[in-house]
Amino acid sequence: METTGFFGNWGGSYIPEILNQTFNQLKNEYTKAKSDPDFWQEYIDLMSTYSCRPTPLTYAENLTNHFGGAKIFIKREDLNHTGAHKANNVMGQGLLVKRMGKKRVIAETGAGQHGMATATMAAKFGFECTIYMGEVDVERQRPNVFWMEKMGATVIPVQDGSRILKDAINEAFRDWVSNIDTTHYVLGTACGPAPFPEMVSWFQSIIGIEAASQILIQHGKPPARVFACVGGGSNAMGIFQGFMNDSTVELVGVEAGGKGIRSGRHASRLCGNDASPGVAQGYKTMFLQNDDGQMLETHSVAAGLDYVGVSPILSDLWDKKRVRFESATDKEVMEALDLTMKMEGIIPALESTHGFVQAFKEASQLSPDDAIIINQSGRGDKDIFTIAHAFNDPSWKEFIIALGSEYKKQSRKCSLEREQDTR
Amino acid sequence: MTHIVLGYPSFEANRQVIRQMVENGVDCIEMQIPFSEPMADGPVILKANQDSLARGTTVGECLEFGAEMAATYSIPFLFMTYYNIIFKYGEKSFFMAAKKGGIRGLIVPDLPPEMSPDFFNYAKEMEIAPILIYAPTSTDSRMAELNTFADGFIYCVARRGVTGAKSEFGDDFNHYLARCRAATRLPLAVGFGIRNSEDVKAIIGKADMAVIGSQTIQLVDEKGVEAVGPFIAGLR
Repeated sequence: METTGFFGNWGGSYIPEILNQTFNQLKNEYTKAKSDPDFWQEYIDLMSTYSCRPTPLTYAENLTNHFGGAKIFIKREDLNHTGAHKANNVMGQGLLVKRMGKKRVIAETGAGQHGMATATMAAKFGFECTIYMGEVDVERQRPNVFWMEKMGATVIPVQDGSRILKDAINEAFRDWVSNIDTTHYVLGTACGPAPFPEMVSWFQSIIGIEAASQILIQHGKPPARVFACVGGGSNAMGIFQGFMNDSTVELVGVEAGGKGIRSGRHASRLCGNDASPGVAQGYKTMFLQNDDGQMLETHSVAAGLDYVGVSPILSDLWDKKRVRFESATDKEVMEALDLTMKMEGIIPALESTHGFVQAFKEASQLSPDDAIIINQSGRGDKDIFTIAHAFNDPSWKEFIIALGSEYKKQSRKCSLEREQDTR
Repeated sequence: MTHIVLGYPSFEANRQVIRQMVENGVDCIEMQIPFSEPMADGPVILKANQDSLARGTTVGECLEFGAEMAATYSIPFLFMTYYNIIFKYGEKSFFMAAKKGGIRGLIVPDLPPEMSPDFFNYAKEMEIAPILIYAPTSTDSRMAELNTFADGFIYCVARRGVTGAKSEFGDDFNHYLARCRAATRLPLAVGFGIRNSEDVKAIIGKADMAVIGSQTIQLVDEKGVEAVGPFIAGLR
C-alpha cells in the first residue's frame, strides 16, 4: 500500500484512478534516477553546457551601501537559459521523459517562463509540446506566447474558471488523462501529486547546492538569512535546500501580498489568515478557499505567484517553523524593482522582486558582518509590458500607440489589396 | 444510472429532470455537488459546475436537496463530488449528513483509498457505499486491491480521458470489462461517453448498469428539461 508522498500533514497523491499506473511509472523512474549518480552527472553536464550553470552569486554593493546593514548577495537564476530557474526542473524532467520513452510533453504556465522552458526542452529533445495557459495570463505575458509558438509549441489559452494558473493546471491534467500512454506532464512547480513536489525540489536543489558553496567563497561563512519569493514554491525550495540543515540560517519565503494582505486581493497562503487546509489539484496543502471548499480568486501583479495553493513541503516547513513567511504588495514590488534597476543595473522578474522587498526591509537590522542572499528566480525584461504599464511610462505608451497605428495601416492595406485581388 | 450537476441550471430544473428520469425507469441517480476545480470532468460538466457555483450553489443546499429527492423517490440516490468538498465539510459530518438524508453511496473520483482510511471506516460504519472506479489502465492487481475497499458497485470508466467525449465499445473494451468482472463480485456500471440506445445495447450482457452523464446535461441545455423523459425512455 502506497502511503508515501506526505510531508508531515501535507502532500499525498489525490489522483483519479486512470492516472494510477502512470504515476507508478513516474515514481519508479524518479526513484531509479535519484539513486543513479550518472543521472545527476548527466543533468549537471546538460545544465552547464545548454544553460548557464553554475549561475553567479552577485554581490550587490550599491544596495548594501544604500541600506547600510548586511551584505546583499543575489543568486542569479535569471541567467539560466530562458531566463528563470524553471529551466532546472524542465531539463531534469526532460531527461526522465527520454528514459520513459514518451514522445509528447504538456505543461501549464502562469508567467510563461515554465511554458517557455518546456517549449525549449521539447525543441531540443524532439518532443511534441502543448502548453496550457490561462487566458488572462496569455494577455499579460504576450511575448512568452510568441516565443513558445516560434519554438514549435502549441499554446492553448484556457478559458475556464478564473483563467489563470490553477485553471491551466486543471486543463493540463485533462489532457494527460486522455493521452497518458504517449504524454508526460511537466508540472512546473513543487506542487501537485507525489512525486512532483519532491522531484521538482530535487531538480531545483542545484540552486542551493551552488549558493551554499559560493557564499562560503565570497563571504567566508553561511548567510544570516535567505529570501525567496513563493508562488508554487519551487525556486524557494531550490535555494532553501542548500541551507536547510544549518539552523543558524533563517529562511524567509515571500508571498504575493497583491493589493494588501487585508484586502482579500492577494495570493498569500502561509502568511495571513485567509488560507485553510484543503485537497485540490492532486495534493493536500493550505489553499485560499471559502468555507465550502471552493477555491477563491487570487491576485498578484506577478502572474507566477498568482496561485491558490503552495508546495506541501513548504506547508510542512511552515508547520515546523523552519521557514518564516512574509508578503509583499504590488506597490512595494514596483518600488523595489525601480531601486534594484537604478542601483545595480539588474532587472529581476516581478515574481522574484517579492523576495527583494522583504530583504530590503530586513537588511539594515543586520550587521555588516552578516550576509543575506536573495534568490533572483527570473529576469524581468519579459515583463516589459506589465512593468511599463505599472510605471505608467509615457514614452513606452507613445511607442506602443505608434506601433499599433502602423500595424493598423498595414492590415488595412493588406485587406484592400486582397479585395482588389478578388475582384 | 444517470447523472446531474446540482444547482445547474437550477435546483428547480434538477427537480423536474429527476422526476422525468424516475418516471421513465432510471434505477439510480448520481448527483454531483459542484466544485471549482473538477479535474476529471470534460467541458460540459466543467461548465455546469462553474455556472452552478456562479449562481451561488452551496454544499448545504446540495445536501438538503439530496435528502428531499431520497425522501420523494424510492430509487437509490448517490452523491458524486471531489474530495475537497467532503474534507472541508469534515468527513464524519459529511457522512452523517448524507446518512440522515438517505443517500446510499458516494463517488469521489480524486480519492484513492490509500489516501483516507477514515473515509472508508465512516462508509462502513454509516452504511453508505463507497463507489470505486476502475479504468482501462488499472492492472489486475490494482483492481483486486480496489475491490477490497469498494461497495455498492464498481464504476468502470470506459476509456482514457475526461467525461463527455465519445467512447468506442470494441474488442479492447470487451477484454477490459472481462478483467473488471474477474476482479470483483460487485455489479459493474459503465460510464464515460454513453450517448444513445446503441451504446447501451453494446454493454448489455457485459455490465450491469449504464451511466448517462454529460448527454442529459447537453440535452437540457439545448432542448430544455421536457426533452429528458423521451430521451431516457428511448434508451431501453
